[in-house]
Amino acid sequence: MAPILDINKLYKNYGATEILKDINISIEPGDFLVLVGPSGCGKSTLLNCIAGLEEITDGTLAIGGKDMTHVSPKDRDIAMVFQSYALYPTMSVAKNITFGMKVRGVDQATQDAKLKDVASLLQIEPLLNRRPSQLSGGQRQRVAMGRALVRDPKLFLFDEPLSNLDAKLRVEMRTEIKKLHQTLDASIVYVTHDQIEAMTLATKIVVLKGGVVQQIGSPAEIYNNPANLFVADFMGSPAMNLIPAQATRNGSGTQIAISREAGETLVLTDTRDLSLPEDVILGLRPEDIAEAGFRAGDGVQEAACMVDMVEPAGADTYVVSELGGKHVTARLHAETSAQAGKMLNLAFDMSKVSYFARETGERLN
Amino acid sequence: MTDLSMPQTQTRTQSATGKIALRWLLYVLLGLFALYYLMPLFVMVTTSLKSLEEIRTGSLISLPREVSFDAWKTAWSGACTGIQCEGLRPYFWNSVLIAVPAVALSTLLGALNGYVVAQWRFKGANIIFSLMLFGCFIPFQVVLLPMARLLGMMGIAGTIPGLIFVHVIYGLGFTTLFFRNYYVTIPAELTKAARVDGAGFLRIFWSIFLPLSLPIIVVTVIWQFTQIWNDFLFGVSFSQAGTQPVTVALNNIVNSTTGVKEYNVDMAAAIIAGLPTLLVYVVAGKYFIRGLTAGSVKG
Repeated sequence: MAPILDINKLYKNYGATEILKDINISIEPGDFLVLVGPSGCGKSTLLNCIAGLEEITDGTLAIGGKDMTHVSPKDRDIAMVFQSYALYPTMSVAKNITFGMKVRGVDQATQDAKLKDVASLLQIEPLLNRRPSQLSGGQRQRVAMGRALVRDPKLFLFDEPLSNLDAKLRVEMRTEIKKLHQTLDASIVYVTHDQIEAMTLATKIVVLKGGVVQQIGSPAEIYNNPANLFVADFMGSPAMNLIPAQATRNGSGTQIAISREAGETLVLTDTRDLSLPEDVILGLRPEDIAEAGFRAGDGVQEAACMVDMVEPAGADTYVVSELGGKHVTARLHAETSAQAGKMLNLAFDMSKVSYFARETGERLN
Repeated sequence: MTDLSMPQTQTRTQSATGKIALRWLLYVLLGLFALYYLMPLFVMVTTSLKSLEEIRTGSLISLPREVSFDAWKTAWSGACTGIQCEGLRPYFWNSVLIAVPAVALSTLLGALNGYVVAQWRFKGANIIFSLMLFGCFIPFQVVLLPMARLLGMMGIAGTIPGLIFVHVIYGLGFTTLFFRNYYVTIPAELTKAARVDGAGFLRIFWSIFLPLSLPIIVVTVIWQFTQIWNDFLFGVSFSQAGTQPVTVALNNIVNSTTGVKEYNVDMAAAIIAGLPTLLVYVVAGKYFIRGLTAGSVKG
């Protein structure tokens, strides 16, 4: 099947400033693509380019197999949900939802039928005669989604739709968007700066920084095999531990030496077949460092470390220790006996380690 | 405990008395100022209701001994402006015929201009807007001669459409400014959403922006109506016998009396000429303040 969205060598400039550089993305029908990155990385601009609200400077863009590079937004067969919801303030909820159909000249009976379907799907029937100003944030969000759903487009575009909601509602609506995606089997492009939203919703993630694609992959790929230091640091909370280390190859594998301010150098062995330069940055997620005895497997190695801080977080307890001049976080079970200022045996799962080049930040293994 | 709380209560009572005294002082002062400002109106109204005999013999600020509307009748339909003696009536209607279309047109065009400048950013939008703003501050005397030439070339010199044209042109600066500042506070995502929904430039303006604009429309209408109705300079420069607005006619009535000066007729005529702007403000005044401050508060 043809990809539902195919972006090829897309460039976007504002005057002399390059906002987006050489973007190549392709998604299949039913995909949930999340564009994620820090603010100013160009993710919203890219979404506006897909919508046709911004002209692209160079490259091509196809939706549903048809070239849409220079087609106006209304003819792209898309629907968009905005961060501020952008509901028409003087129209009732029902009028907001049917406005697009009215503009396109859809007959009244079809309008009514579609409105009814969408209203019952989103459970907003009692709100249809209200004005947007009479709705709560969550209700406005639903209406904005209703306006998009009623169009039944090839592609849905979401521009940070949850960032105006409070934390609890955000989680609720996140679940609901995911449910909608599953029931409707819709193709979605979703912009967010929240990496948890990206991880939970996406079937495919694009990490952007400074208008350049850093990595494209499934959430698991992005999380387990980040392509560079930026992706490693950006995705995951608490962030991946990134520790400067020295690598030396010997018979059985690679010796990884991590200096410590207090105490002797920590030496770990990675038994995988690797060819690393001497200076590397070792990346290990907090959950891949456990209390000794709680983690088993081929790559697991134990070492005594000085505990600098203990942070109970309910389900887990985070323990911070100084390694290679960095605060390294380990994720321990809640009932740990770790105490600040005492030594503790930690188990490092070396089979999960990512290595990055110190100069370029690129992944090495 | 009691010893400690006593002095506190006392100071509180003292400061309360002080506050009330201050408040009364304020009211008295405000009342005096209001009287001072209302004095001319009072004199105008009472004089217009007196007979000429009484004006000659009585005091300026005394109430009329005998209320008579003769002066109003004369002012409306009998007073002489030069050689004609038809009163203000025909000129009053001239003013209506000039002001209503000129206000409507300049408001509508200002709304469209403001919508474009605020929501459809194009290259040079800021320069064009600055130039239009500049138009607000050009003294009208400067443009009299070029405008007279232009009206002559267009063949509408001395006509009511000519005056409408002049007022629409010179109102655009302010009306554009009003609408632009109002529309700038409306999030750009609204336009984007409507574009994705398939609405075009005019459809978005008509269905989404105009229904939002009531407060600023009221402000603009009051402003423009007051400007155009009270205008004397353009009225006297670009009109001819038969198309003069009420302000010019008022001037002629006051200046062309022969023999005894009919102060009562002059006063009545002045009040008649000023009534419509007063009326507009009374009817729509509360929206005026609301519209001027709209946008400064996030809604």
